[in-house]
Amino acid sequence: MQYALMIYSDPVCYEELPEAERAAVTADFTALLDDARAVGTVQLQPAETATCVRVAGGRTLMTDGPFADTKEVLGGFWLVEAPNLDDAVELAARIPATRFGGVVEVRPVVAR
Amino acid sequence: MLEEVFRDQWGRVLASLVGFLGDFDKAEEAAQEAFAIAAERWPAAGVPAKPDAWLIRTARNKAIDRIRRERTLAEKIHLLPVPEAVMDEFDDTAIKDERLELIFTCCHPALPLDGQVALTLRALGGLETADIARAFLVSEETMKRRLSRAKAKIKATGIPFAVPGAHLLPERLDAVLAVIYLIYNEGYSGRVDLAAEAIRLGRVLATLMPDEPEAHGLLALMMIHHARRRARFSGDDLVLLEDQDRSLWDHAQIAAGRTALDRAIALCGRGAYVVQAAIASLQAAEPIDWPQVAGLYRRLAELTGSAVVELNHAVAVAQAGDPAAALRAVDRLDLDGYLYFHSTRGELLRRLGRDDEARAAYRRALELVTSTPERRFLAMRLDQL
Repeated sequence: MQYALMIYSDPVCYEELPEAERAAVTADFTALLDDARAVGTVQLQPAETATCVRVAGGRTLMTDGPFADTKEVLGGFWLVEAPNLDDAVELAARIPATRFGGVVEVRPVVAR
Repeated sequence: MLEEVFRDQWGRVLASLVGFLGDFDKAEEAAQEAFAIAAERWPAAGVPAKPDAWLIRTARNKAIDRIRRERTLAEKIHLLPVPEAVMDEFDDTAIKDERLELIFTCCHPALPLDGQVALTLRALGGLETADIARAFLVSEETMKRRLSRAKAKIKATGIPFAVPGAHLLPERLDAVLAVIYLIYNEGYSGRVDLAAEAIRLGRVLATLMPDEPEAHGLLALMMIHHARRRARFSGDDLVLLEDQDRSLWDHAQIAAGRTALDRAIALCGRGAYVVQAAIASLQAAEPIDWPQVAGLYRRLAELTGSAVVELNHAVAVAQAGDPAAALRAVDRLDLDGYLYFHSTRGELLRRLGRDDEARAAYRRALELVTSTPERRFLAMRLDQL
């Protein structure tokens, strides 16, 4: 089945890493990309670029900023194909953000 | 008597059906049908030679019938076809025991802890939902919701019906042990049924994982503690270990606990449950070897980093003959909101002849106490000063 691995992290962390650490993060990322179970990944621009959209009475309302104003923001997500939750969790634990206090929310995707 | 057979078989039958059907609800339904048929037939016809095989076969047939019926119905009204069930030849002589898979599914850390506990008691222990609800002082409706939420999450998120691989096993086994010990401790505070249930689960786990020292350690710990339950209270009053009437102890259960402990030690077990069981075993001996108890508490403190364990270590040091050293150790602990910190200080100060300070410590303990027997005990100690 497919799982979405949604990454919530403090974006400042990664930018402040020393060069060697960044290289390690890139290596982890590449290893995940090469994993046969990874379907795809999306990295998001910083939360400051977010616009929230609501529709009320036929009017489209926009507000500046992310939906939840928290320190940890949705930074991107992976879509993976895994036989069970244990496999999906194993992949989630390899996402670099988890090494810096980031949290990955694992959610099964509705099958179509 | 039939009820006993049922309770013993429920976990095996359900595990086999979950493995076969891949669905908790369907498995439970089929198992219940099979047990109902058995309840009708066995009193007259007698219990079959292999009750588990009989129950599993009957339940599998019931489940297959149901799937066939659903498929026929689906075909008739031109719905999507129901997937074909595996109609394999069922071999009575080689039933795989799949209870371990079931235990690891029920105690999966992705489930909320209260759900893990409830599901373990229902699926492995065969307890009725109403009984589990009563034991945890919630309504039957709440417990029903808790169970169905846990089962729904297993299904929706793909929690595997499997024993975890070697790299996951240590932490996942810890989760299983924690659930069983939690059930035990719920029972220790007066609801004896749950403690007995936890021991039963612990025995199943130790049988299924004969090479895991911590499984034997937990079983030993629970049995040795449980053996002393009748001596812990006199009427409504709490009785300390040293004052307990040893003739009230269940010596057969202590011996059984020690056998489990020996097994754990033979397997080189040095984990937290093995150490606690070793402490319990020493405390059930006469006279108690307090220096050795203190040594074990030191080891346990290293393993757990717990200030409460440090407090117990200090008590053992005092019992071993050095209340002054014990008091120095206690005063280093940051446990001001903890009842037993103050009652222990009170006791140590009393032994050192510092009565005024002892009184103050007991008064502080009395501010924190919640259970009536313990309040009575502390008040008595304060009066004696």
